[in-house]
Amino acid sequence: MIDISANLAGIKSPNPFWLASAPPTNSGYQIMKAFDAGWGGAVWKTLGVPVVNVSSRYGAINYRDTRIMGFNNIELITDRPLADNLREIEEVKKYFPDHAVIASLMVDTRAEWHQIVKDVQNAGADGIELNFGCPHGMCERGMGSAVGQNPEALATITSWVMEVANIPVIVKLTPNITDIREPARAAKAGGGDAISLINTIQSIVNIDLDTLCPTPIVGGLSTNGGYCGPAVKPIALNMLKNCALDAGVGLPISGIGGIETWRDCVEFLLLGASNVQVCTAAMHYGFGIVREMETGLKQFMADKGFNKLDDFIGLSLPKVQEWKNLNLKYEVKAKINADKCIGCQLCYIACEDGAHQAIELKQGTRVPSIIDDNCVGCNLCSLVCPVEECITMVQTDDGTEFKTWQNRLDENSAPNTFNDQRGGGVGHYVPKPSDALKK
Amino acid sequence: MPEYKKPETFSDVLNNFDPLHPTMSANMAYYESSRCLFCYDAPCIKACPTSIDIPLFIKQINTGNIDGASKTIYDANYFGNICGKVCPTKVLCEGACVYNEQDVKPIDIGSLQAFATNHTMSKGKQLYKPGKENGKKVAIIGAGPAGISAACELRLHGCTVDLYESKAQPSGLALYGVAPYKITNEEIIAEMEYLQSQFGYTVHYNHPITTKEQLNNLEANYDCIFLGIGMGGTRKLGINGENLKNCIGATEFIEEFKLKPLDTFIGKSVVVLGGGNTAMDAASEASRMGAQVHLVYRRSKSGMGAYPFEYDLAKNAGTTGMFNCNPTEILGNDSVEGICLIRTKIIDGKVTYIENSEFEIKCDMVIMATGQAKMPEFLNLIDGLELDKSNRIICNESYQTTNPKYFASGDAVNGGAEVVNAAGEAKIAAQAIALKLGIGK
Repeated sequence: MIDISANLAGIKSPNPFWLASAPPTNSGYQIMKAFDAGWGGAVWKTLGVPVVNVSSRYGAINYRDTRIMGFNNIELITDRPLADNLREIEEVKKYFPDHAVIASLMVDTRAEWHQIVKDVQNAGADGIELNFGCPHGMCERGMGSAVGQNPEALATITSWVMEVANIPVIVKLTPNITDIREPARAAKAGGGDAISLINTIQSIVNIDLDTLCPTPIVGGLSTNGGYCGPAVKPIALNMLKNCALDAGVGLPISGIGGIETWRDCVEFLLLGASNVQVCTAAMHYGFGIVREMETGLKQFMADKGFNKLDDFIGLSLPKVQEWKNLNLKYEVKAKINADKCIGCQLCYIACEDGAHQAIELKQGTRVPSIIDDNCVGCNLCSLVCPVEECITMVQTDDGTEFKTWQNRLDENSAPNTFNDQRGGGVGHYVPKPSDALKK
Repeated sequence: MPEYKKPETFSDVLNNFDPLHPTMSANMAYYESSRCLFCYDAPCIKACPTSIDIPLFIKQINTGNIDGASKTIYDANYFGNICGKVCPTKVLCEGACVYNEQDVKPIDIGSLQAFATNHTMSKGKQLYKPGKENGKKVAIIGAGPAGISAACELRLHGCTVDLYESKAQPSGLALYGVAPYKITNEEIIAEMEYLQSQFGYTVHYNHPITTKEQLNNLEANYDCIFLGIGMGGTRKLGINGENLKNCIGATEFIEEFKLKPLDTFIGKSVVVLGGGNTAMDAASEASRMGAQVHLVYRRSKSGMGAYPFEYDLAKNAGTTGMFNCNPTEILGNDSVEGICLIRTKIIDGKVTYIENSEFEIKCDMVIMATGQAKMPEFLNLIDGLELDKSNRIICNESYQTTNPKYFASGDAVNGGAEVVNAAGEAKIAAQAIALKLGIGK
C-alpha cells in the first residue's frame, strides 16, 4: 500500500501537495474547494494589516506557443480584514480536520507578531509560515524580503514568534540573496521549526513595446514584481539543495518554485523537501491539476518500490557534489542514430557555432557525423535534437580511472600558470580563425 | 449521382468551390509557426524554386514581425501571396520538411506564407519603392507570373517598364488558369494591385503583340525585351469529331469558367482527356458544377503526370478515373453525343492499342487536357531566336535567349510549370537584364 501522507516538522497532511500562500488561498471558499479537489494542505494568503492593491497585477513570459512559462506579480498580502480570515480558518478546519491549514503572517512590531500568532492559533491553524520572502511592495515597508535579506532581523523576528507559538513555525525565505544558507541558518538560530523556499524572484518580465512600459501596467507605470512559474524551478531546486546539504541549517524544508507536475514534485522531494507548495500551476489550470500530480507520484513510487515519501526524500542529495569532486577521467561522446535522424542539422550548427566543431556534414546525406576526436561530451547536440533518443551520450572511458580536480590539486598536477601545458584544451582541435570565412 | 448539385446562383458556385486553404487565423499562425525547428541548411528552402528563407519568415511570424516575414517572402518571390495558396507545397517546401521523416505533420508553410503576405497587403503596407530612374527602358510581353515578376525586379533597379498584355487582366494563368478552390480572382487581383502600387510599372491591357512590325517597334524603343508569353491554346488531337460543339480545350474551358462560372456550358456527363494537373483541375471543376465526370487517361493511374493530391481532389469531387484508354473518335452530329475509346497497354514504355477493344460511352461534353500548344510562329518572327525540339525558347542560365536583346522565362521556356517557377526564373532574368544594361550588381 502506497502512503503519500506527508509530515513537515509535525504538520501532517494526507499528501505532500500544498497550495502556497498566494491568490488561490485568498479565502476559505477557495481552500475548501482545493481540499475537495485533492490538495493536502494550504498556506493562507498572508495575513497582516490589510493592504490596498493595484490593478493590473500580473505579467507573464510565453515561450513560443507555451503560455506562462514564467509568471510575475505585484499583488501584496491579504486585503481582507483579519477577523474574516480567522473565522474562515476555523470553518475550513471544521470541514477538513486532517488537512493542513497554515497561516502565513507578515506584520511589523513585536506586539503585532505576538497578537497575530495567538489569533491564528486560536482559530485552529496547524502551523504558521512567516512571510520573509515577498520581494515587491511589502519590502519597501521593511517587511517581506527586506527581513529575508537581513539574517539578523530574520532571527530576531522568528524568536519573537517563537515566544508565543505553540504550533510549528515555518520560515519562508526569499531567493533575492547571494547565499540562501545564511537566512536559513538564521531561521534555525531564531528557533524556527522549518523553512520553506523559494519565494518569488524580483523581476521585470517584459516591456510593452507599444507604450514602452514594463508590464504589468498600472496607469502607464510599472514596478518590479515577483517571478515564479516553471521557469524558476531550477533556481529553487539549487537553493533547496544548498539548504538541505548544509549542516548549519538542519531544518525540514517545504519546497516551492515552479512545481506543476508529479515530476517536479518528485524532484523537490529527492533533493530533500518534505512536501511541496504550488501556486502558479493552480492559477493557470485550476485546482484540478492536483489529480495529475497525485496519480503520477503514486505511479512513480509503485514503479520504484517506494512505500512512503520518507523512502525517497533526499535520495538525490548524495549525488550532488562540489565540482572539484567530479571525476575528470569520466568521458562521454555523442552518438547519432542515423535511423532516427530527421536531418534538421540543428546538432551540426549548435556544435559548429556554440561548441567544439565536432560534427561534420558529409556529401550525399543530411545525417550529420560526430568527429569523435573533437567531441568533448558536452551534451549540447543531444539537447537540441528534436528526436527522442536520436543522439545519445555514450561512455567511452573504461570506468577504471578516477581523478578529480581536488586530487590534482592535492598531487600538485593542476594547471596553475596562464600557459600551463596541463590545461585541458591543450592539443584539442581548434580551427584556424580564417577558416570561419571559408564556410 | 454526382457529388455536387448543379449550382443555380453565384453563391451556390462559391459553396461548391470551398477554398482548399482558407486564410489562416492569427492564432493558428502563431501555433503553427511555433512548431518550426529552424533547421540548418533547411530542406524547405532548397525545395522552393524561389529559395525563400522559410525558417526566417516563420520565426518572424512567431515573434510578431509579420511585415518582416512578408518582406522575406517578397524579396525572393513577388507572387508571395498567390504562391502561398497555389503552390504544390506538398511536393515542394512542405514535402521537404524534416518533420515528414518523423511521421509528424509538416509545417503548413503555404498557409503561413499566405497569412503573412495577406496581413501586410491588407494594411497596404509599402515594402518597396522603385529604384532611382536610370533611363533604361524594358518592354515585357505578357503580364503573367513571369512578366510581372520581371517588371517588379526591373523597377527595383530603376528601369522604366511597359508590359503588353493580350488579355484584360494581369497575372496570366494565375487568374485564367488556377482552379478557383485554390485561390479566388479577388485574392489574385489584390496582389497584382499591391505590386503595381509599389513598383509603378505600366501595363497595356488588351494589347497583344503578334506582328513583326510590333516587334520592330519594341526593339527600336526599348533597351531590352522580356518574353513572358506562356503557351498557346490546347493542342489538337487530330481525331474525328474534335471540332464538334461542346468539345473544348481544358485551358479554354478553365479560363471561360473562371471568368463566367454560371454562363459556361457544362454538360451533364463530361469526359476529360488527359492525366496532367490541368486535366485534374478541369475534371474537378466540372464535377463541382454538378457534372458526372470521367477522366480518361491513356496510361495507368501511376503514370499520370498530375500530383497524386490533385487526382485525389478531383476524385473527392466525384470524378471517376478510366485508365489505359485513349479516344479514337468523338461522336455526334452537331454537338458531342459520345466518345469512342480504345483500351491500351504499355509495351516497352510505349502506349499500344489493344486490337478490337473499342467501346463507346455517352457524354455531352469532352474537355481535352492534352497539353498546350507552343507559339513557334510568333517566336520565329524574332531574329536569331532559337527554339528547341519541343518549341521551347532556348536560354542560357541567365534566361537570355539566343537573340541577346531578348530574355524569357516561365512556361514558354520551361515548357509549362508552376507559378513559382515562372516567378523565380523571371527574377533571375531581370537581374541579368539589369546587369546587361549596366545597372545591376
